[in-house]
Amino acid sequence: MGTHTQTVEVIRQHLIDPEICIRCNTCEETCPVDAVTHDARNYVVDAAKCNGCNECIAPCPTGAIDNWRSVQQSEAYTLEQQLSWDTLPPQQEAGTETASSLPNDVVRITALATSGQGGTAAPPWSAAHPYVNLYTIERPAIATVTGNFRLTGGGASSDIRHIVLDFGGAAFPVLEGQTIGIVPPGLDAQGRPHHLRLYSVASPREGERPRYNNLALTVKRVTEDHDRQPVAGVASNFLCDLAKGDEVKVVGPYGTTFLMPNHPGSSLLMVCTGTGSAPMRAMTERRRRRIAQKEGGELMLFFGARTPDELPYFGPLQKLPKEFIDINFAFSRVAGAQKQYVQDRIRERSADVARLIADANCHIYVCGLKDMEDGVDRAFRDACRAHGSDWDQCLPELRAQGRYHVETY
Amino acid sequence: MNVDYSEKIPNNVNLAGNRTLQRALEQWQPEFLNWWTDTGPEGTGNTDVYLRTAVSVEPKGWAHFDYVKMRDYRWGIFLAPAEAGRKVNFGAHKGEPAWQEVPGEYRANLRRLIVTQGDTEPASVEQQRHLGLTCPSLYDLRNLFQVNVEEGRHLWAMVYLLHAHFGRDGREEAEALLMRRSGDADNPRILGAFNEPTPDWLAFFMFTFFTDRDGKYQLCSLAESGFDPLARTCRFMLTEEAHHMFVGESGIGRVVQRTCEAMVAHKTDDVGKLRALGVIDLPTIQRYLNFHFSVTMDLFGSDVSSNAATFYTSGLKGRFEETKIDDDHLLNGAMYPVLEIRDGALVTSEAPTLNALNEKLRDDFIRDAAAGIERWNKVIEKQGIPFRLKAPHKAFHRRIGPLAAAHIDPAGNVVSAAGWEAKAAEWLPSAADQAFVASLMGRVVEPGRFANWIAPPARGVDNKPADFAYVRFG
Repeated sequence: MGTHTQTVEVIRQHLIDPEICIRCNTCEETCPVDAVTHDARNYVVDAAKCNGCNECIAPCPTGAIDNWRSVQQSEAYTLEQQLSWDTLPPQQEAGTETASSLPNDVVRITALATSGQGGTAAPPWSAAHPYVNLYTIERPAIATVTGNFRLTGGGASSDIRHIVLDFGGAAFPVLEGQTIGIVPPGLDAQGRPHHLRLYSVASPREGERPRYNNLALTVKRVTEDHDRQPVAGVASNFLCDLAKGDEVKVVGPYGTTFLMPNHPGSSLLMVCTGTGSAPMRAMTERRRRRIAQKEGGELMLFFGARTPDELPYFGPLQKLPKEFIDINFAFSRVAGAQKQYVQDRIRERSADVARLIADANCHIYVCGLKDMEDGVDRAFRDACRAHGSDWDQCLPELRAQGRYHVETY
Repeated sequence: MNVDYSEKIPNNVNLAGNRTLQRALEQWQPEFLNWWTDTGPEGTGNTDVYLRTAVSVEPKGWAHFDYVKMRDYRWGIFLAPAEAGRKVNFGAHKGEPAWQEVPGEYRANLRRLIVTQGDTEPASVEQQRHLGLTCPSLYDLRNLFQVNVEEGRHLWAMVYLLHAHFGRDGREEAEALLMRRSGDADNPRILGAFNEPTPDWLAFFMFTFFTDRDGKYQLCSLAESGFDPLARTCRFMLTEEAHHMFVGESGIGRVVQRTCEAMVAHKTDDVGKLRALGVIDLPTIQRYLNFHFSVTMDLFGSDVSSNAATFYTSGLKGRFEETKIDDDHLLNGAMYPVLEIRDGALVTSEAPTLNALNEKLRDDFIRDAAAGIERWNKVIEKQGIPFRLKAPHKAFHRRIGPLAAAHIDPAGNVVSAAGWEAKAAEWLPSAADQAFVASLMGRVVEPGRFANWIAPPARGVDNKPADFAYVRFG
């Protein structure tokens, strides 16, 4: 190690989930080193005292006590912070949360997908508490296909599908922005089980069809790899070929930060391409179904595709009222027209974009191909500069406030 | 301090060292099992239940999970570890070494306290006997059975004290505990709330939230007792009692969650529409809350009580968290606010704290319960619904003490008998409410499935998944 290396002490901090805890005092009574204390609101663990002996784990009647976060020692959550919580903060680094940690594939894909936001981000403060990892590869949920429709036009080169899965009697709670894992059946060329693939949920939390315990996915049939070489994607082809009544093994759900805000007046600024539209569709649909609540808040969408024919949900999107959502399409392959990318449209609308970036009630979501990241980042930078602010200053604040979320692949 | 499971009666009190006591309890054991078969959970003889059993009273040992047939559950006698040099911490004997034997002059009062506490344990098993037939999921069924076997163990805890320290009187009381029956006209349980039926799961969750919380506060007060075996017994019981309140708090929380989801999905707060959707409307939940809160208020006894003063002064029953309170622990001359009715209105007056200890414990309970109700409100708030559940006034629907003579509404106003009659159906569950809730109670026993009126839990028991087979039918 070089002489300039600074060591950072990472501790596994013991925390109590305030949403599950019933304040029964058992942990405080049990703790041999008096690390647990409470006020009228919460039971909390003093990181300076807890020695991780786990004596409190078994006596806890709720499981609220069995929560851990890997944090830098200097940034351990203080008692004051813990006493003010209504929910636990999200895990900053996946893979260390509880006894049952996430599958390696999920950790790997998530790290890759969120690298574009420049580090770890918090969820919106008003996000609902997500359930994660309810079903594992060893114990997947079995879903039944109740629908599989082509979203792209007949002339389009890509086959993007809207697939509806029904979970029957199995509880599978998801929030908009979360992902689920699909394990394709069979073995790969080396005779091992296939890797798990993650798909964003495209329907709102109460289901594609409310009260029917179902959810929707937006899946593109993969026919070539990142280098444009022909290849048949195992999972996507499996999904796209499913027929009504077929059964699928599903794991998850996953994702604790790419979540939508729930407080009245909160706005969404969404940028997506292709099947990156899935979480945007879920969030938009959530808001659309709650129009009657008049919660206010703006929706602004930048959506890119090659042609209108290849843009999933093009038809339904166009039917949404202008005063509900401000939609900006960008098409890059329309004959006779100039190539347009989402970043071009963001620049055209820079006044509104800069206003939303500055609005503490606005949350920003970027989802789609990795290629779009740089362009979008530059467009946000330009929009800020044109309107008297500095993107480099904004970004860390946005992340810390849980207002900037990127998922690209 | 491991539990000896080679014994007929698992225990950590060296039962084998006292042959007389051991024989007496071994004679009581088959009577207990007969009582369990007659009045315990119905039709469960062959059912394997994923239960928590104590294998030691040390933290790591008392939550051992495995499949057990309830009749084979290892009911036993467990006292929390002794605290070296423990003293009597309040009352006239403050500062004396804690008693290991019953002081002769307090024998009758101590026996009465233990019998009253002990009587509630089998009573709740009897009240919940039929609930298994209408469980909303295997997860909930398992939680019910866990509550049941632990109430049975709490009975054992009290019976041990009666046998070990009260001679022949104690043995007779231990038998009588198996003879009384909840709701029996001729031989009822001692306290009113324990003779009320628990007809449905909403009532069960309310009962475990409110009435078992009374248990927690009574046990906390007895855990302060100068009579050390009682204190140690109650301290260990409290760790089990926590599970019961968890069942209540999370149970109601999940019902509320489900109702709110339906309200949001269907954009309605119309009671008729919600009922047609098969969920329990929030006003009905509020009325159940009012009922269970008020009958639990009665359990704390009369507002001003000379018995309470006697129990305290003689060092038998302390206050909640007695040793954490910073005062003289004698309470001479201290005053405490109590309610009375003057000129047709509720007013606050002062009574000696010693006589108002029931009222003080009631107030401690209310603070704790109100915090739990607020956590339910968070669930409602999160869904953006403008409705709040609320504890009624502590004098509402009172059936004990001087306030029982008046009619008091949930806001604490004294109303006429006619005024009460006119509004009672808005304040307490009506026959129609109960019939509606009863109509939802179908049995759901496929692993991972939950009845429509209740949301799945945030987390399974013992970190098991939602679709774990918590109960296996033989």
